[in-house]
Amino acid sequence: MDESRPIFLQIAEQVENDIIDGSLPEGSQIPSTNEFAAFLRVNPATALKGVNRLVDDGIVEKRRGIGMFVTLGARARLIERRRAQFATEYIRPLIVEAEKLGIDIDELAGLLRAERINS
Amino acid sequence: MTRTVVRASGLTKRYGSFTAVDAVDFSLEENRIYGLLGRNGAGKTTVMQMLTGQIFPNGGELEVFGRAPAEHADVLRRICFIAESQRYPDSFNASHVFTAAPWFFESWDAAFAERLVDDFRLPLKRYIKKLSRGQLSAVGVIVGLASRAPLTFFDEPYLGLDAVARQIFYDRLLEDYAEHPRTIVLSTHLIDEVANLLEHLLVIDQGRILLDRDADEVRGSATTVAGGRAAVESFVADRAVIGREGIGGLASVTIDGRLSQADRIQAAELGLELAPVSLQQLIVHMTGTDLRADAIEQEVAA
Repeated sequence: MDESRPIFLQIAEQVENDIIDGSLPEGSQIPSTNEFAAFLRVNPATALKGVNRLVDDGIVEKRRGIGMFVTLGARARLIERRRAQFATEYIRPLIVEAEKLGIDIDELAGLLRAERINS
Repeated sequence: MTRTVVRASGLTKRYGSFTAVDAVDFSLEENRIYGLLGRNGAGKTTVMQMLTGQIFPNGGELEVFGRAPAEHADVLRRICFIAESQRYPDSFNASHVFTAAPWFFESWDAAFAERLVDDFRLPLKRYIKKLSRGQLSAVGVIVGLASRAPLTFFDEPYLGLDAVARQIFYDRLLEDYAEHPRTIVLSTHLIDEVANLLEHLLVIDQGRILLDRDADEVRGSATTVAGGRAAVESFVADRAVIGREGIGGLASVTIDGRLSQADRIQAAELGLELAPVSLQQLIVHMTGTDLRADAIEQEVAA
């Protein structure tokens, strides 16, 4: 777990990542609060807060007496949200570092393409 | 609805001219895990002794399960206190302790205690005084967990426990708490180890409460900014500084308050390194006397 941010946010993000990469398909059940707490070694109240955040965002829904399930359309909505954050979270720091090293935008674009081919 | 289990206001304990606990106000809500943190002699144990009716306060109000704890059997029955150096009768071995425990704790789970004995590899038939320091701590930890008391205090429960045994303690505590919620107060110096288990923090220093906040609010609430002194100073100029270190032209300043994305970009543009401050470091900053900080401030002033 990352020290700099609240754990409940990190738990919510972890589930979101699993939904985005398809390991938690829409309609599937997510682990229970207590399972999260035991696995991540965190307070169950913290895990509950993370799951509740996903419920508030409409990413998962509660089925009474059964558990929490990924909602239909959750993946598309998450991807849309992540795309909106992409520029500030990834592109901006990249440009700051590139400028520090004297890499101009064209060179940076070239590096991105080269990296893509390599991987 | 959460119920309040402990309500203290103006709670005070004096020993002669020394004030161990100085008019503190706090409450403990039902079914939460609290961290009672602070340096040696900060007043943690004194607070817990008052809450468990072992000593009388000199002033203030204290209610535990709705009434004063001392000499009220119906209150004390619901409390389990595991002291740092718990004493047992000389003729006892560990199995005597576990046989006697259900006389005091009505929710005692003997099967759970047995499982814990296996987990900690505790020799049951050896005299208590022949146990190692870690094994003695294990006896206390087992009593504290298996008693399932609605209000359980662990006061530095793991002196001498090895890393594996401490991990077992944390894991069993979380598992059992999830199934049998109760109020738990964990007092410890090993803050980073337990940080993620705690829901709420009480930091006490010199008999006063310095911090009474949810652990989630505290996490990430402080950041260390490091880099060239001029750049660091300009970045932290309008922020609450809680720690300062430096060498030559380099400075490392810890600030309170969450950083926004814009702050982070600004820091990156200034060439500053941002590092999260762990709960343990934060508490060191809050309760430590930062001698070097004074020196730097004098230097800056000069």
